[in-house]
Amino acid sequence: MSQDDINRQAFLEEANELLAELETALLELEDTPEDSELVDRVFRAMHTIKGSGAMFGFDDVAHFTHDVETVFDMVRGGDVPVSKELLDLTLGARDHILELLEDDTGKAAGSPQSKAIIAGLRNLSGMGSGTDSVERPEVAQDDSGDSDSVVTYRVRFKPEQGVFSSGTNPLALIEELTEMGMHQVVAHIENIPPLSELDPEDCHVWWDVVLATDKGEDGIRDVFIFVEDDCELMIQTIDKLGALENDTSYKRLGEILVERGDLTQDDLKGVLGEQKRLGDLLTEAGVVSEEQIQSALAEQHAVQSMRKVKKEQTTASSIRVAADKLDYLVDLVGELVIVQAQITQVAGEKSDQEFIELAEELERLTDELRDSTLSVRMLPIGSTFSKFRRLVRDLSDELGKKIELTTSGAETELDKTVIERLNDPLVHLLRNSIDHGIEPPEIRDAAGKPTAGTIFLSAEHAGGEVLITIKDDGAGMDSNTILAKGVERGLVPKDADLSDKDIFNLIFAPGFSTANKVTSVSGRGVGMDVVKRGIDALRGSIDVDSKRGEGTVITVRLPLTLAIIDGLQIKVEDEHYVIPLSLVEECVELMQTEEERAREQQVLNLRGDIVPYIRLRDWFTVPGIAPEIEQVVVTGFDGSRIGIVVDNVIGEHQTVIKSLGRVYRDVDGISGATIKGDGSMALILDVPQIIRTASASRI
Amino acid sequence: MALIMTVDDSASVRQMVSFTLKNAGHEVIEACDGKDALSKLSGPIKMVITDLNMPNMDGITLIKNVRANASYKFVPIIMLTTESQASKKQEGKSAGATGWVVKPFKPEQLLAVVKKVLR
Repeated sequence: MSQDDINRQAFLEEANELLAELETALLELEDTPEDSELVDRVFRAMHTIKGSGAMFGFDDVAHFTHDVETVFDMVRGGDVPVSKELLDLTLGARDHILELLEDDTGKAAGSPQSKAIIAGLRNLSGMGSGTDSVERPEVAQDDSGDSDSVVTYRVRFKPEQGVFSSGTNPLALIEELTEMGMHQVVAHIENIPPLSELDPEDCHVWWDVVLATDKGEDGIRDVFIFVEDDCELMIQTIDKLGALENDTSYKRLGEILVERGDLTQDDLKGVLGEQKRLGDLLTEAGVVSEEQIQSALAEQHAVQSMRKVKKEQTTASSIRVAADKLDYLVDLVGELVIVQAQITQVAGEKSDQEFIELAEELERLTDELRDSTLSVRMLPIGSTFSKFRRLVRDLSDELGKKIELTTSGAETELDKTVIERLNDPLVHLLRNSIDHGIEPPEIRDAAGKPTAGTIFLSAEHAGGEVLITIKDDGAGMDSNTILAKGVERGLVPKDADLSDKDIFNLIFAPGFSTANKVTSVSGRGVGMDVVKRGIDALRGSIDVDSKRGEGTVITVRLPLTLAIIDGLQIKVEDEHYVIPLSLVEECVELMQTEEERAREQQVLNLRGDIVPYIRLRDWFTVPGIAPEIEQVVVTGFDGSRIGIVVDNVIGEHQTVIKSLGRVYRDVDGISGATIKGDGSMALILDVPQIIRTASASRI
Repeated sequence: MALIMTVDDSASVRQMVSFTLKNAGHEVIEACDGKDALSKLSGPIKMVITDLNMPNMDGITLIKNVRANASYKFVPIIMLTTESQASKKQEGKSAGATGWVVKPFKPEQLLAVVKKVLR
C-alpha cells in the first residue's frame, strides 16, 4: 500500500467517525435547536471532511460539503435559523457524503439527489443557485515567475518593529531573497537606539537589496508573503539586463537617491552648486544620512558589476580546454596544497611574525586557487541524463514495455571525472530497472498499475555529497529469494537474521551475481558487483531498497570531488588521521577514570542526546595508554551520529587524497591517505563505514 | 532538522502532516486540539503547525497562549486555513501567527513553508 493509500484509508476511517458524530449532533440539535455548541460541532465536522477530503483526493466530497459548511457557518453567525428543513437537508447531505466516500466510480457525484440537496441548502442560505463551483483555493506558494529573463530590482524592506513577535525572522527573508540571484544587500542601522534604550525584542534594522533575478516581481513578493501587511515593502525595476546598453556605467548617485524618494530634486540641485564629492556634500548638508548614501552607492556598484558580468559573458562565454590539461592543473594544485601546509607548519615553528603572515596569505590564495580550479572541473550532470532518455526509449521499445523516464536535478554539478566514471554504473542500473524492474504492460495492468512504468532519476546535493537516486515503480525484489540465493552461494550463514535492507544489499556482493537471473519473475544481479566496484572506486556508496509489487529505489552517494577535501586532523599516540570535515559536527572532551572505562557503555550524553562512540585506539589496536582527557569528534552521516574518541584534535587541514594500493582496499574504516605538512602520512577515516560497522555490532 | 508540533483535530491531516515532516527528517509532536497542544508544549519545539477550527481550544486561542509563553514567544507558528477563512487568517496574524498554509495542500507545499520559516 503506498503512502497515498494509507493516507486515504486514514481519512476514510476518520470521515466515517465524523459522519457518525455529525448524525448524533444533528439529531440532538433537533431537540435543542438553540444549542450553539452543537452547531459548532456540526460545522467542525463538515469543515474537516471538506478540508481533508480535498487533500486526499476526494474532490467530489469536498465540493459537495462546501455548500453544507457555508450554510452552517451562517447558522453559527445567527443568519440562518435551525429549522426542520435545514436538519432534513443536512441529514440527507450526510448520507450523500457517505455515498460519495464509498463510491469509487464517481457516478454519485452530480446525481439528481445531490443537486436537490444543494439547491435546498442554497435556498436556505439565500445564495440562490449561483455558481456551482467551490472557489479556487488560493495557494501560498511561489510560482516560479512568468518571465525567464533576468531583471534587476531594487527592494526596500522595512519590517515593523514588532516583527519578531510573530515568529518571523526578517534576516531569513533577506537570505531567501539573496538566493534568487546576484545581489547586494545594505542594512540600515541608523534607527538602532543607544544600548540603554534598546529593546532587544524589537527590530530596528531595515534593508535595501539590489537583486538581479529571473523570478519576476511576483517571485520577490512571494518571499514576503507572510509579512506583506506588516512591513513596508517597495519593489522597483531598475535595470533590464535583456536590453543591455553598451557602456557599463549606471545612474549617478543623485539620480538614484531622487528615484528612491530619499532626496528631492531641489535639494540635489542646491547641493550640486558646490564642488565636492556628491556623497560627502549630501551627508554634510544633512539631507540624507550616511547609510542612505552607502546604500545608493552599493546599488550603483552592484548594477555596474552585474552589467559588466553580463557583458563579459556575451563576449567570452567559454573556452575549450583539453581535459588532460585540467587534470594536470588539479594535480599541481594538489601538490601546492601540500607544500603550503608544510610552509604553514614551518612558519608556526619558527614563530616569525612576518613569515607567519606570509604563510597565511599563501594559505588564503591556495584555498581560492583550489576552489576555482576544482570548480572549473565541475559539470552539470544533465548531459548524462539526456543520454539516458534515449537508452530508456530504445530499450523499452525492444522489450515491448512502456516506460517513462523523469529526471530532476539535472543542474547538479559534479567533478568531470566522477561524471565520466559514473556513466557505466548508471547505465547498468537503468538497464536493470528496465529489464527486470518494470513489468510488461499486461502484467502491470493486471496488478492494477498504470500500463506505463516510470523510472525516476534524480541528482541532488546533500552535505558534501551528491545523491543520485534511481527509482522505478516496477515489480520490486523478493527478499526471500535473494536470501535463499545468498545462503546457497555461501554469502550469509543459514541462520542469519538480516533486515530486508541487508538482504537487498546482498545483490552487490561479489559472487552473488551469475549469468542466471535471481528468479524468473524479478531478477537482478547480473553484474551488480561491477556497479558496486565502480561506485566504490569513486569513493561513493550504493544502497538499495525495494518493496515487492511497488518498485525499487537505488541510491548512490558520491563525493563532490575526488582530489582535495577539507579535513580535521586528529592524533592517537603518534599516529595521525584525518576525518572529512563535512562529516564533523563538533568536538567535546571525554573525562573518565580507569574504573569507568572498564565498565563503560560507550555512549555519550550530548546535551540530552545519546551518542554512541568508538575508540579509535581500539579500532586500529594502537598500543599505549590513553590520556586522562580524551577528545571526542562527533561525526554525522545520513542521520546517524557517532563519536570517535581520539587523544588529540590537531585542527583543520586541507587534505589531498591519495588512494591506497590494492592491498589496503578492504581495510575497514580507511578510505585513503594523505601527506601531511611535515611530509609524513595520515590515514583518512571512512566515517560512513565506521558508523555502519559500529551500529551493526551494537545490534 | 527540527522538532515540530502539529495540532489538528483531524487524525488524517495530523498523520499526513506528521508523515510529511518525518520524511523530511524532522521530529514531530502531535496534539489533537489547543488544550492538548498547550499541555505538550515543552522542550526544544522549533515550530508549531496548527489548525484553526478545533474543539476544546481553537487555533487562535492556542496561538495567543503560545505567544504568552516566554520560551515560545518567537517560535514560528503556521496556521492551516481554508480558502473561505480570510478573516480568520487576519485574526490569526494578529494573535501572533507567522504564516499560513491554505488547505487543501500538498506535502511539497507544506515543506516549502516549513523551510521558509525555519531557515
